[in-house]
Amino acid sequence: MSTTPVIQMKDIVLNYGALTVLHGISVDFNEGEFFALLGPSGCGKTSLLRIMAGFADPTSGQMLLDGKDLIGIPARRRPVNMMFQSYALFPHLSVEQNVRYGLEMARLPADEIRQRVGAILETTHLTDYARRKPNQLSGGQRQRVALARALVMRPRVLLLDEPLGALDKKLREVMQLELKRLQHEMGITFIIVTHDQEEALVMADRIALMRAGQIEQIGTPAELYEMPVSRFVADFVGKTNFFEGVASGGKVSVAGLGELTSTLPASGAVAYSIRPERICVAPAKNDAFENCFQGVIEEVAYHGQDQHILVRLAGQTEPTIARVGAQQPGTRDIGVGAPVWLGWNGADARVLTR
Amino acid sequence: MKSRATNFLLILPGAAWLGVFLLLPCSLVLAYAFMTRGVYGGVVPTFSLDNFVRVFDAVYIEIFLTSARIALLAALVSLVIGYPAAYAISRLPGTWQLPALFFVILPFWSNYLIRTYAWIVLLNRTGVINEGLRGLGIIDAPLDILYTESAIVVGLVYNYLPFVILSVFSSIQRLNPEVLEASEDLGAAPWRTFLRVTLPLTMPGVVAGGVFVFVLSIGNFITPNLLGGGQVKMVGNVIYDQFTSARDWPFGAALSLSLIAIMMVLLVIQTTLSHRIRKIEKVEA
Amino acid sequence: MRRNSLPLTLHLLLTFLFLYGPIVVLVVLSFNASGLPTVWGGFSLKWYATLFANKKMLYPTLNTVVVATVATLVATVFGTLLAMGIERMRPSAKIDAILFMPMIIPDIVFAVALLGFYTAIKFTLGLHSIIIAHIVFCIAFVCAVVRTRLNGFDHALVEASIDLGASRLTTFRRVTLPIIAPGVVAGAMISFTLSFDEFVIAFFTAGPSSSSQTLPMLIYSMIRFGVTPEINALGTCIIGFSFLLVLLAQRFNRQGTN
Repeated sequence: MSTTPVIQMKDIVLNYGALTVLHGISVDFNEGEFFALLGPSGCGKTSLLRIMAGFADPTSGQMLLDGKDLIGIPARRRPVNMMFQSYALFPHLSVEQNVRYGLEMARLPADEIRQRVGAILETTHLTDYARRKPNQLSGGQRQRVALARALVMRPRVLLLDEPLGALDKKLREVMQLELKRLQHEMGITFIIVTHDQEEALVMADRIALMRAGQIEQIGTPAELYEMPVSRFVADFVGKTNFFEGVASGGKVSVAGLGELTSTLPASGAVAYSIRPERICVAPAKNDAFENCFQGVIEEVAYHGQDQHILVRLAGQTEPTIARVGAQQPGTRDIGVGAPVWLGWNGADARVLTR
Repeated sequence: MKSRATNFLLILPGAAWLGVFLLLPCSLVLAYAFMTRGVYGGVVPTFSLDNFVRVFDAVYIEIFLTSARIALLAALVSLVIGYPAAYAISRLPGTWQLPALFFVILPFWSNYLIRTYAWIVLLNRTGVINEGLRGLGIIDAPLDILYTESAIVVGLVYNYLPFVILSVFSSIQRLNPEVLEASEDLGAAPWRTFLRVTLPLTMPGVVAGGVFVFVLSIGNFITPNLLGGGQVKMVGNVIYDQFTSARDWPFGAALSLSLIAIMMVLLVIQTTLSHRIRKIEKVEA
Repeated sequence: MRRNSLPLTLHLLLTFLFLYGPIVVLVVLSFNASGLPTVWGGFSLKWYATLFANKKMLYPTLNTVVVATVATLVATVFGTLLAMGIERMRPSAKIDAILFMPMIIPDIVFAVALLGFYTAIKFTLGLHSIIIAHIVFCIAFVCAVVRTRLNGFDHALVEASIDLGASRLTTFRRVTLPIIAPGVVAGAMISFTLSFDEFVIAFFTAGPSSSSQTLPMLIYSMIRFGVTPEINALGTCIIGFSFLLVLLAQRFNRQGTN
């Protein structure tokens, strides 16, 4: 994967009347990468996508495609295509007619249209459905038609707006891998908008986590998960436990618990974050861990492959969650009300100042 | 069982009323159509198909054709005016759309006769339009607009235009805006998006509106009566004559049945068509 | 935001001109002292004075109000009940067709059919025969409007009410009726307007006596004589009254939904 930027956005601001939707977004999307714009609803991620597609003009800021200014160029002249959230298939046209629509608009020779449509239908396993109308297709098939219709244009960048939102969980997992395969095969830059952090973690090479019209953090999935820069990132990507406290040196002092160790220097009011899977649960104190605290089990939630154990630690308003394997020895007789010890190492914790 | 009894009681008054004062009279007309006219008017219960044979008389075929021509013209003109108007309303800012629709329908709530009369005021030989044009020196002699087919078409369009606008507007509203964006995204210029996506997808509204105007126009009586002034006769006027001056009820009944048959055929075609299109569109749901 | 192009906006304005031009001309002429369509003789209320001095207006107006009120009341009750009953049944194209019929059957055809029927059963004609006829198409309109309202009605609400211990009647009064009320009011309003303006059916079913003449019948006979300033004044009054009624209903409806 190269690091040549395809689309560069600089200080993009978008206002709707008095409302500011995007507060100066700057981000580079690289050649051939799978990029996810992640965030809760209303964070501006879809607006950003629509600006790239050409359906909205930014109030200010710069947007370059292959180094050339994109602003002011209408959507229909941009080498960027979009896969819509509702798929937006033309209901009166067959699968094949849907897919060839854009090539007809480009007035390509009939031979080339036929050959390109045939090839993309093959790639997306839709050849057998070419004559069907969208209402005769399943949700997953419709999604593939939407994808084929955009990909057949061979865009520089494919924009995908919540592409898997309408599918059920099982199919979503299949399509996640399918999307990755297609992206890999065609070597096109994919920019996907999603509110599902798991989806972003699984599919994307890089993620931009957005919040209230700003980018909170950009990085690889592992960077976002392991090294969140703020409470918001730590909380939005995966599950975590927060302890609010005051840091000095390598220690964070938390009311009710005392001092927690970490390997990150900080000072002042901070949030101490520890992921549930980094916490060890044991009936007795285990001195192998730097941080050990006794609590009472409040609830055990069985998840199949693992279980979430909610433990009330002294002086804490929220229970602390620990994740342990369901088959882990010694966890069989864990029951509500039982006293238990939680232990973790400072190196696994994050200290967040924001 | 209790629920069925309640149902029966709920339906009874309305159903009975429609049965006695709608279905019975209509059945009577159906029966009259197969009977013969008495010597001094009235109906003689002798079976005969003569009335239907007479419907195919050149005189009456001509009248049906005239009626159909006027109704078709009214439907087309309503669509030509109504479609762009509905389209323009659908692209107004959101807060303006409902008020605009409200003002489109408002005239419908006032008296039909008065609204038709207003066109007599405008169109007659010494009316506002003729005098106005003469005052401006555009014409020397008054134009004969009133009491022509054109006047009838204008009157029909004036009365039914609000329905066409409503019908087309609601089908434009049903469009998924992302489908239009998808067309743009795939490189279509606005006019190509309109021809290849918007227009085909709003066809149900176009057909419904058009058939509606046609059906209401072809059986109309007042508009040709007032704006046609006896110069232009439509089916409704001939039926009126049969039940009044000509006193030939059986023939009037046969004409009524033929008229209803034409309307039925059109409505069935329209319903089937819109059903088929709705089914295709179901993917949007 | 998609914006209208200039030609589209212009077209919309012209459409409104087409819809309101004739009405405005009528209203303006009704205040024209000269009584001529193109000569402005100054503002005057004299045509209204002539109109109201004319005693022949009184009874047709009263008749029309009676017909429209009675027809609306009966049709609103019957039509609402009918809609509720039908919505509880299996959908049937035949029933839909019968209910649709009064709305699209040419008024002249329905008028002659009823006249034939009344004559056949030797029914005495008068205001009551007009009312009976008007109830027929009013039922159809009320039923159609209430049905659209019931269409989105969540039947679980009724079950919830019964589950909470309400009787069927209480459930109707406290749950169903408030929800369908806007539909019922709209249906009643359409009925009143249609009945108030209806001419052809009334003309055929009023009988020979002039005592059962309605306002539209009077207007028709006046129009037949040609354009007169009095009709302009009468037309203005009727248009004003209708628009006022619609605006009031609109207000009422908006309060209802808030």
